[in-house]
Amino acid sequence: MRRRAAALGSVLLLVAAVACASGEGGDREPSGATTLTVYAAASLTETFTELGGLFEADHEGVEVTFAFGGSSDLVAQLQQGAPGDVLATADAASMRQAVGDDLLGGDPVDFASNTLQIAVPPDNPAGVASLQDLAAPRVQVVVCAPQVPCGSATGKVEDAAGVDIDPVSEEQSVTDVLDKVRTGEADAGLVYVTDVRAAGDRVRGVRFSESSVGVNTYPIGFLEGGKHQDLAREFIELVTGDVGRRILADAGFAGPQP
Amino acid sequence: MSRRAHVALPGWLFVPAAGGALFVVLPLAAMLTRVEWGDFLGLVSSDSSVDALLLSLRTSCASTLLCVLFGVPMAMVLARTSFRGQQLVRSLVLLPLVLPPVVGGIALLYTFGRRGLLGESLDVLGIQVAFATTAVVLAQTFVALPFMVVSLEGALRTAGGRFESVASTLGAGPTTVFRRVTLPLVLPGLFSGAVLAFARSLGEFGATITFAGSVQGVTRTLPVEIYLQRVTDPDAAVALSLVLVVVAVMVIGLARGRGSL
Repeated sequence: MRRRAAALGSVLLLVAAVACASGEGGDREPSGATTLTVYAAASLTETFTELGGLFEADHEGVEVTFAFGGSSDLVAQLQQGAPGDVLATADAASMRQAVGDDLLGGDPVDFASNTLQIAVPPDNPAGVASLQDLAAPRVQVVVCAPQVPCGSATGKVEDAAGVDIDPVSEEQSVTDVLDKVRTGEADAGLVYVTDVRAAGDRVRGVRFSESSVGVNTYPIGFLEGGKHQDLAREFIELVTGDVGRRILADAGFAGPQP
Repeated sequence: MSRRAHVALPGWLFVPAAGGALFVVLPLAAMLTRVEWGDFLGLVSSDSSVDALLLSLRTSCASTLLCVLFGVPMAMVLARTSFRGQQLVRSLVLLPLVLPPVVGGIALLYTFGRRGLLGESLDVLGIQVAFATTAVVLAQTFVALPFMVVSLEGALRTAGGRFESVASTLGAGPTTVFRRVTLPLVLPGLFSGAVLAFARSLGEFGATITFAGSVQGVTRTLPVEIYLQRVTDPDAAVALSLVLVVVAVMVIGLARGRGSL
């Protein structure tokens, strides 16, 4: 019995070792290619992945890799010396922080904006039809914490509308809010228009007039420490150009605010 | 604990051992260098920090209690009986040990959530688990229970069943044997299991954030607060991390003081 266990243990160890070794090999594969590393806000995951594919098709031997995450997380990683070529954030504040720390190689440009929308489960159990409905005590509302961009936008909208939402949860990210609505845990949540669109028929969006106050602008810029600044500029041109604008608009993004 | 004469270890063994110890201690030391001692007190005594610490301590105590209430009988059944499929039951019970806590959170959501397996029945009874402190306690109990079961089952097996047999042949009923013989015999194991469960509850993050949500004083435990503060106020996050480390060290110290870990 014990010998069998030992044999099983060594087999498992061997399998683990082989798996790890092959994993490393996989990482090393594109060593001949040029890699452009793009740091982008989580809400850009779908659109930028598509744009990255187009960019690779246009540039022989270039591979675009993405680091998607919360905007302030991305800036924090770059401050700690993470290597990257392009940075695109979901709010101006994070980009200002990056500029303040001399991470950017030039002035960032705004390329899109995103508006808040109320997301409800498809059957809308609480019958939410307006921002005011979210203040009703029986409605379970989930929002972003004030510390993250979607949360600060939520605060602005509440102030402008004179509505005081008492949320049952303040989530760390907009995807967490969406998840609580999608699973029916919450009756409503405040997320971006693009999140509602990306979720398809699993949530329903409810527009509200006050949303124009909480518009987030998305800036993009190339990084000072990047190894491929020319390629980085070309990628930014793709994002801000006609193709980029069309793909972003398809996902529900609005154009940059004047 | 008895002091035995040790056979000398091969000298080379100390090198990787020291490396491993360094690997654990160095990050903690690195964190210490980043603490802003100047406003440490201000950072950790803010309303949100104190609320988070108190909530963490409260929920961890509650989940430790639940772990004792359910874990002791579970360990007894696993250690002192044998039935078909026992191995399978044991593996399933220990599953939360190896499961990523996020997965645990998702599983709990589909069980106790408002639209979960039991959620609607609970709703009828007027109990709402979602977004309440109860959800935090459930998440913590889910991840901490195996620690209790494992350490107590180990203690029960080591203790053996001789005293129980003797007590039984002398006419003691099963409940008396359990109460007067078994429990006192494995009390150190029970204690260390409880300490481990408490420590695991205190550090619980993944299941809480997926299942319970995050509101100050209700569901935002210390780890969740640290994760949130990290975004805007890294200094506060580091200071709170230190508080959590100190509490954890105190818990382990307490257990070692009792000589049971």
